[in-house]
Amino acid sequence: MVNLSVNLCGLRLDNPVIPASGCFGYGREFSEYYDINMLGSFSFKGTTLEPRFGNPTPRIAETPNGMLNAVGLQNPGVEHVIAHELPEMKRYFQKPVIANVSGFSIEQYVKTCELLNAQEQVGILEVNISCPNVHGGGMAFGTSADSAAAVTKAVKAVTTKPVFVKLSPNVTDIASIAKACEDAGADGLSLINTLLGMRIDLKTRKPILANTMGGLSGPAVFPIALRMVYQVYKAVKIPIMGMGGVSSARDVIEMMLAGATAVQVGAANLVNPFACKEIIEQLPEEMERYHITSLEEIIGMAGA
Amino acid sequence: MQYQIIENAQIAPNVFLLDLAGDTSMVTKPGQFCQIQLPGFYLRRPISICDWDENGMTLIYKVVGQGTDALSRMESGAVLDILNGLGNGYDVNTCGDRPLVIGGGVGTPPMYGLTKALMRAGKQPQVILGFNTYEEIFLLDEFEDLDIPVTVTTVDGSFGVKGFVTDALPADCDCFFACGPEPMLKAVYRKCDTPGQLSLEQRMACGFGACMGCSIQTNSGPKRVCKDGPVFRKEELPW
Repeated sequence: MVNLSVNLCGLRLDNPVIPASGCFGYGREFSEYYDINMLGSFSFKGTTLEPRFGNPTPRIAETPNGMLNAVGLQNPGVEHVIAHELPEMKRYFQKPVIANVSGFSIEQYVKTCELLNAQEQVGILEVNISCPNVHGGGMAFGTSADSAAAVTKAVKAVTTKPVFVKLSPNVTDIASIAKACEDAGADGLSLINTLLGMRIDLKTRKPILANTMGGLSGPAVFPIALRMVYQVYKAVKIPIMGMGGVSSARDVIEMMLAGATAVQVGAANLVNPFACKEIIEQLPEEMERYHITSLEEIIGMAGA
Repeated sequence: MQYQIIENAQIAPNVFLLDLAGDTSMVTKPGQFCQIQLPGFYLRRPISICDWDENGMTLIYKVVGQGTDALSRMESGAVLDILNGLGNGYDVNTCGDRPLVIGGGVGTPPMYGLTKALMRAGKQPQVILGFNTYEEIFLLDEFEDLDIPVTVTTVDGSFGVKGFVTDALPADCDCFFACGPEPMLKAVYRKCDTPGQLSLEQRMACGFGACMGCSIQTNSGPKRVCKDGPVFRKEELPW
């Protein structure tokens, strides 16, 4: 018998597989395909203080082995999420969930996190300081160690639940930003968010995305994500949720060897709604193949 | 779900008819679509369902890029991974008895399954099909075999009524169903004063409501074209 469970900041997860924010909505569409209670947890759609429609369309472009998105944090706002989405979610997902939060000022992050921290369904807060698709916020906080630390400190001051800070890969030295978040009190780190990219339509000679640029995800980014998880694991002591192009049970094991305690799956869910189910079902077989009895024992072993 | 290609044949310039065998139990309404996984491409390709029965379905698609080009080169016997029965589809029950069915160009295919569903529901549909020119016309024989009034318009006047579908609107319809390019849909929206259902198109990633890649603003808030649509009632559209 192999052991898939992991301890994430005191939260015992049945397995380390967690659908990533923005690729799983509030879980409802996936619950029509399979019982999503088999997941370790999931990170629901990024929430802001006010409702947001997001960017104009086209918001999606295909890339070799991946995709670009420029959705721009479309969400109904934190009050609607608390009043409608969370009670609805309780019907099809009974485990603690991860609340992903974005903002355009430190005050907005604080207020939104405070409200979600008070919801008993929320097990972890994931503070997104790395969205590449919004202006005047999002990634701006995640590209300097000082502002990343400032957001972390302000959110930690008003919350009691574990706070994971979601980091941007669009930086020169991700380890120094990770360290700044740890020093400011972060309980964990999520990485990576998408990489800024673009495509141009040869017929119109204009960018495909209405927002010109968007975030690259999918298998194309996996080696970059893995490298960054490895670097950050060496730099900090707090747990890491590793993500970026993870598409198989083998990728999950590789991410954990690099230093991830839990592994998020993003774009793969959009191509195959059963992606996470299949990964969880394949994990025991892959573990046996590589003589792994407990996933927790392999965390960070690649650099040990 | 796996589907086997029975036939994949060109029926007009850059337009192909794809006959597939496989389980269609998740297809419940005309106007729904499916998402086809193609070898070598990351995202699936959304294609509307033209017609279906318990043994399989027919799709008609236009080659618009590398993905659909690769699809057009696939041969009989090949197996495709398809996510089926996506989208809300047309509602044939809450409409008048004399519906007008309007298809423009590559927006025509779902209107064939719709017309048959309307007839099964006891309605008396009339059909207008709009194309640019004679050689681009497809599905006309199939529509005419249904023994209902069918009008064709061509922009260059090479066949049927010269002009756009809006140049051939009959006066005696009590509702409309439309699918086609957005300028056509907007023209129909403005000229038809009856209730109507319009099918929209957007670039999509997932196709089942998860990614918010295809959102539009409506009079009842943001909606996902893939999940809340692709069919929207006229009064929902802020045109």
